[in-house]
Formats: sequence, structure tokens, C-alpha cells
Amino acid sequence: MCGGCAVAWGWSERARLRGLGLAAVVRGAALLLVLVAVGSTLRHGPQQPGIALAFAALICTGELTHRTGSDTAGHAHAPLSTAGALAYALLGHCAGIPTTHGVLQVVAVSAGALAVGSAPQLLHARTRTPIHPRNRTPLRHRLHTSGPRLDQPVRRVLTVAFAAACFQPLYNSGVVENRVGQGPGLALLLLVLLALTGLCEAVLAAALTKARTGHPYGPLLRDEVRALRGVGAAVCASGVVIALAVAVAGLWALPVICVPLLLTQLSFRRYAEVRATYRQTIASLARSTEIAGYTLPGHARRVAALAEAVGRELGLSGEQLTLLEYAALMHDIGQLSLVDPVPAGATASLPVADQRRIALLGGAVVRQTGVPTEVADVVERQADPYREQPLTARIVRTVNAYVDLSGECGGGPGGPLGALERLRSGTGHDYQSEVVESLARVLARGVALPPPG
Amino acid sequence: MRALPAGARACVLCVVLVAGLCVLTGLDRRTPWDAVVLLAVLYAACELLTRCRLLAHMGPAGAFFPVPLAAVFLLPPSAAALVAVPGALLGRVGRRPEGVRRLWRAAELAVAVWAGSWMFTVLDGRSPAPGAPSGLGQASALPYVLLPAGAAVLAFCGVLALLDGAILVTAERIGVRTAWRGLFLRALAPHCVHGLAGLMTAVLWRSPYGPPAALFVLLPMYLSCWVFAQYQREHEAHQTTIRALVQAVDLKDRYTRGHSERVGRAAAMMAAELGMDEERREVLRIAGILHDVGKIGVPTRVLRKDGPLTPEERRVIELHPEYGHEMVRGIGFLGEARAAILHHHERVDGRGYPYGLAGDRIPEFARVVAVADAFDAMTSTRSYRRARPVAAAVAELQKCAGAQFDGRMVAALVAALEKEGWNPVVTADEWGAGITGAGAGVGSADGGAETESAGAGAEVGGGDAAPRGVRASLLVGQRGNVPPWVGRRGWRP
Repeated sequence: MCGGCAVAWGWSERARLRGLGLAAVVRGAALLLVLVAVGSTLRHGPQQPGIALAFAALICTGELTHRTGSDTAGHAHAPLSTAGALAYALLGHCAGIPTTHGVLQVVAVSAGALAVGSAPQLLHARTRTPIHPRNRTPLRHRLHTSGPRLDQPVRRVLTVAFAAACFQPLYNSGVVENRVGQGPGLALLLLVLLALTGLCEAVLAAALTKARTGHPYGPLLRDEVRALRGVGAAVCASGVVIALAVAVAGLWALPVICVPLLLTQLSFRRYAEVRATYRQTIASLARSTEIAGYTLPGHARRVAALAEAVGRELGLSGEQLTLLEYAALMHDIGQLSLVDPVPAGATASLPVADQRRIALLGGAVVRQTGVPTEVADVVERQADPYREQPLTARIVRTVNAYVDLSGECGGGPGGPLGALERLRSGTGHDYQSEVVESLARVLARGVALPPPG
Repeated sequence: MRALPAGARACVLCVVLVAGLCVLTGLDRRTPWDAVVLLAVLYAACELLTRCRLLAHMGPAGAFFPVPLAAVFLLPPSAAALVAVPGALLGRVGRRPEGVRRLWRAAELAVAVWAGSWMFTVLDGRSPAPGAPSGLGQASALPYVLLPAGAAVLAFCGVLALLDGAILVTAERIGVRTAWRGLFLRALAPHCVHGLAGLMTAVLWRSPYGPPAALFVLLPMYLSCWVFAQYQREHEAHQTTIRALVQAVDLKDRYTRGHSERVGRAAAMMAAELGMDEERREVLRIAGILHDVGKIGVPTRVLRKDGPLTPEERRVIELHPEYGHEMVRGIGFLGEARAAILHHHERVDGRGYPYGLAGDRIPEFARVVAVADAFDAMTSTRSYRRARPVAAAVAELQKCAGAQFDGRMVAALVAALEKEGWNPVVTADEWGAGITGAGAGVGSADGGAETESAGAGAEVGGGDAAPRGVRASLLVGQRGNVPPWVGRRGWRP
């Protein structure tokens, strides 16, 4: 197999540079903000150091108890530390006494606690996975992969700064006290404020992800906003609760409220872990056709990666993308029922009747694997004419045919262009032309495909 | 109601009567009805969300206790008990008879809430005169409230455990000791967490920010229960997928799965005997299930061949541990199980394959799986011979201990068999019944390449007469851990 497709280089150079430029500006702004905040706090001395320390400890604890496991969309779940930082930003009273910390102190405290809390994790990650020099990825690719890890703290700092900047000046000037008073209205105001903060964060996060990956903005934003409904809502509500509870009952409220929240965080973590394991198992199941010699090594993962990119291009998001990924991983599993392998596993060049038989067998297998039934439907109907298929099945069919026809790594007869040409000539019946065209766009932009094996 | 034993009926009736007394005797003009109604509606809404079919996937798996516990801290005993009733009556019930279960749950919860609230009042956690300005919302109150609150949660949890145990004893006729064992301790941690959330709700409820602020405490708790339910769902799906890996082999070689499940079961039994903790036991069980997964890489024609194998074919079959290892290497949590898959055909005298490791250099899990594998191969019926009795298989294993098998593992198996016995039929399952008719995987029940190792008959092939259509006991067993009368409640540690 050629190594050329191991990492197909980024999308068009100009878009890539623009993306990196945006990311650099955002990161630079966050760094500058933190430096100014720390400098100013040190120069004037921290206000109410007891409260600052308690919240710093809370953020640290939250950070220490969460592992850097992030789910498929790259949301890292550290609800407790985020909620703690937001609560500090929204703290107006402590046990009935007005607080005096300003926006800059909020940023300094939360950034410092974040750094301390995540330090052991970074050290651990570095010592545990020594990278063999031969396997070291090129710098350009490393920028790709280190992105999410760097984006997390940047997003956190900017979000907290935003919330503090919205609340602290308003509250300290007494406007809130006069208009809303100390009552249920204040609780609602805080919630609205945090909802606004969450939206801003979603916009920022989607922009950063787009800059890093080049995926279209709309679906990314939809994903982020959707995540806001679940984890985001919990984090916002926790932030408000911590701020109000401390305002009423003083710092004693912190441990009382944090134990339940810690458990919320742990359950999120366990959920993320089992999801990750589940994905790995599905990938292993997909590899069974490769081990059995029915398909070429890495075929299923290549189809899945391309299908996911095409799905994003066509505006799919969230759960649908997961279904698409699973279906693409398992689309060839019906071949296991064949006594003799198809040459090179290329089902696209088989007679239609055989293709459909394999698809039906595959669907029957997938039905019993515990994945959602939609996945089995997609696998089952992958060989049907496109007008009878759901969109996900159309994508799987088109992408699989492209990978088969282009000779896996683009080295087959006619190569990628020839394969696209053949797909286009089949758009009357087999392939949907919109899917083929978005595949062409994805290919033109370049997509990182897993290497063979 | 007819299906219930008389003792259980009496038990339910008693608790319902007690609950009725608890609620009715304490209600009077001083009861803060607005708070009662608000909390009752809130609790009912939380429980109803889990019932609504459209939203079922959004709800937590069990009862949502922070609301009744907030009532414990906020209201006098009778009013607090009343809060719990509508929600418990409306909540989701998994099994029949639904009516009795609902009634029981409501009565049980009402009594427990009453006990908790009574304890809180007695210890002066709340100002004794209801309606008077409460100490809960005061700035300095929190550390002093913690002790009465803890006692209240203990009382709540104790009464629930007591009543759960009572109904287990009367309805399921479980021994008193088994029924109560661990019931209280298991429930304590989740109830304490819910108790803290309830306390925070109560504090904010009494504060100037009022009930809306208190609601915000419940949102993260609700989400946490929801995520926990999702986790359970995903976990079950994952278990199924693990078996699907074996099923993929089953398409090529039909006997594999019944055998795999049984080896997994034997390995788990041995693990318990060897004193492994639960996590390692689970991994070892999965190692047993997956040990032959590499047969997927062996050509179907070789696997299904009738008659003796050529040396060349034998070599191909002996590659299956390496194929299996290659296949599961991406699954992170398997850890030691991967080594077991790679080395389960090693022999302690160093004459096994693929690497010819000897003695302690063979990973522990692999030594366990090797014994379990050989044991099941001997005790199950193959196309070419009948099953041997368990005693004969054990004798054979003991004869080979030290040469082919690790003596310690053989001893563990023997001890486990003495304790639990061996009932191979129950682990056969219904999987693949739909597939075998569809594919080319039909008609080879008699087939099976056989490379029996010297002496003990550790198998690599053969047709197995495991009856299909019997439900996988392992799958059922996982759910069956929950006592039927105890509703699945949010957090189980």
C-alpha cells in the first residue's frame, strides 16, 4: 500500500492559513488577557484571598478529577471546574457580605487554578506515551491534533472572562441591586447571563474547530449548541447554584454542593469512557473482515473517515454522524458469510444481485451487534438504487464505491479522478449526484485518512 | 395481587396503613400547603418524565430522590410524606403487577420520608414551629444543620432498606440474612449524595432567592441521573457488541459461540476462586468469550474441513491466537485479556504455540483461559464424540497439570466446580438464529477441523450441539442482579 494517503494534506492553502490565523489571534488574545490579569492581581494584591483560595481549590479539584478523555466531538467534560470558575465570576455576595474581586482577579484565579489542576495530567500524558522518532508525526499534522487540547483552556478563559465582564461591573455599580433586587429575579438574571455566555462559547468553539479541521461551520455550531442542552445546561445551572449558595450560606456551601456535582462529573466521565470503548469494539468488529482477508487492511476505517467528512459536508451532525460512522465501519461485514473472498474486497465491481445479497447478510449481522437498528438499515440498503435509500446509505454507497474504484489509495486504474468520473456516470441510478459532488469537494479539500493496517 | 404470597400481601397492607397514618395524623391548618403542592408537583413531574415514551430516553433510570429529601428538610413529617406520594404513584414501573408495585413504592417512600423528617425535627434542624422563619436560609446555619441532616438521611435510608428487605423476604421468600445483606450499605452512598443535593435545595428554597433558585440544584442532579442511565444503556450495548465479535466467527464456524460463552463463564468462576476483584473478573470473562475470535482469520474451508488436517492446514489454524490479538488490539479496556487471547494455547512445559512460553512467563489470564477452554472442549458434545462427564474431564485436567496446564488454575477450577457446579446448557443462546438460514454459514453443523492437543483435548474445532433458542443466561443474569422488588434507583455505587 502506498503511504501517500496516510495523511492527505489539508484543504486549500489559503483557507488553511486563514483558519490558523484565527486560531492564533484567539489564543494570543487569551494569553494576553491572562498575563494582564495575573499582573494586575499581583500588583494590587488579591481581594478577599480566602474566597479566591476556596474557589481556586474547587476549580483545581474539578480539573484533577476529570481525565482528558473527550468524546467524539471534542467536548471535554470538566463540568465542575467550569461551573466553579463561572460561579466565581458571578459571585456578588459571600454570606451576605458584598464581594470586592473584579473581572481581572476572576480571570487570574481561574486561569491559575486551571493551570495547577491540569499540570499532573499533562506531565502524565507526556511520560506515558513516548513517541518513537520514526512515528513522530510531521509538525503540520501535530498542529492538527494538538488543537483540541490547546483550545480547551483558551475557550475556558475567554468564557469566564466574558461572564465576569458581563456581571461584575453591573453588580458592583449597584444597577442590579436597584433594578432586580436580592430575590428570585437575581437567580433568573444569572441564568440568562450564563445561557448567553454558553451561546458565545458555542460560537467561539465552533469557529475554532472550523479553523482546525475545515469542516463547514453550520453543523459544527449546531453540534455545540446541542451539547449546550445537556452538559452545558448542567454546568450553567451548577454555576448559578454555587454562586447563590455561597451568597446565602458562605463558603460552607462549597463542599456541600460540590459532592453531588462531583458525582455528576464522574457519571459524565464513565459515560464518555464506555462510549469510547464501544467505538473501539465496533472498530474491531469492522476489522474482522480485514483479518479474515475479505477486505484490504484499513478499508473500513478509510470508508468511515471519508463518509464522515462527506456527511459533515452535507450538513449532518451529532447522532446522525455517529450512525453514519458505525454503518460505514461495518458496511462490508456481510462478506464474512461468503466462503471465498471477493477479489480485493471490492464489492463495487460485483454484479448488483451479489452486492445486495452481501448487504442483506451484513444487515442481519449488524442487527445483532447491539448498535442502533438504524445502522443495520443503512448497511442493509447500501446496495439499493439511491432513490430508495436514506441519505446515510447513499453516502456509504458512494464513498465505498469511490474507495473501491480508486484502488484504495488512489493508485488503481484511473486513480481518484477516474473513480469520480465513473461515479458521476452512475448518478442516474446508483449514486446521488449531490453526494458525489460533495465527495469531490471533500477530496479537493483533502481529508486525513487512516493509514492502511 | 393474586400472585402475591399472603405474607407479602400483609406486608404491603401494613406499610400502606402506616403510611396513611403518617400522612393523615399530622396534617392541620399550619401545614404550609403551597410548599407541599409545589414540591409534590415537582416530584411527580420528575417521575412522569421517565414514563413519557417520547422522553423516556431523557429520564433517569430510577427514582429521583433529591426532591423527597428536600421535602424532608423543608417540611414537617406528615407534609413531607405527602409530597412523596403522587410522584411515587405515577412513576415508571418495570414489571407486573404494576398497581401493587406503585402502591408499595408510594407507601414505602412516604414512611421513609416521614422518618427522615421526624429525625430532622427532633434534632432541631428546622425551627420547631412550622411557618416560623427558619434557620435553614440563614448565613450561619449551614455547618450546624449538617449533623441533623445526616441523621435524617440515615433514618430515611435505614427505613427504605428495612422495608425493601421485608418485601424481599415475604414476596420472594429470600432468607432474612441474604435479603438484608448489603442493602443498607449499598444504598447509603447514593442517598447521602442525594441528601446533600436535597439540603442545598432546601437552603436555597428558604433563602431570599426562593424556590426558582432551588430548582437549579435539581437540574444537574437530574442530568447526572440521566447520564447514569445512558451509561447503563451504552454498557449493555457494549456487552452485546463484544458478543457480536464472537458471532462474526460463528458465521464461519458455527459451534464457536456456545463454546465461547461457556469458557467465559468457567474463566469467571475460576477468577472468583483465585480471589480476583470484580473488574479483573469481568475482563477475564470477556477474555474467555473472545479467546477464539482470531479464527475469523482462518479460511472458512479449513475451519469446516471434514477429516484430518494436513500439517499446512494445522499451521494455518495455529495462527488464530495471533489473528485474535491483532483484531482486539484497538480495544483499550481489554488490557490483560489481549494477552490471554494471544497465549491461550501456550503450555506450561513450553511446547505450546505461538511463542512456546513456559511456566510463569505465560500471562496469568492465559493460563486460566487455557484450562477453561480445555474443560469445556471435553465436557461438550462434538460431532465426532460425545461429551465426557465433568468428573472424567477434571481427572484428565489434573493428569495434565504441570505439563500442559498450571496446577494452580486446575485446582481453582476444581474448587469452583465443587462450589457452584456446572450446567453448560444454560449458557447456550439464541444468537444468530436469524443468520444461519440466510448465509452460506448453513449446513456445516457436522463439520469442524480438529487439532486436538495431546492428552487433554484442548480444542480448535468441532461441531457443537449447543441448542439455540435458549436465552443467554449471562445477559439475563446482569439484569437479574437487581432484586425484583427493589426499584432501580439512580445511583448504585
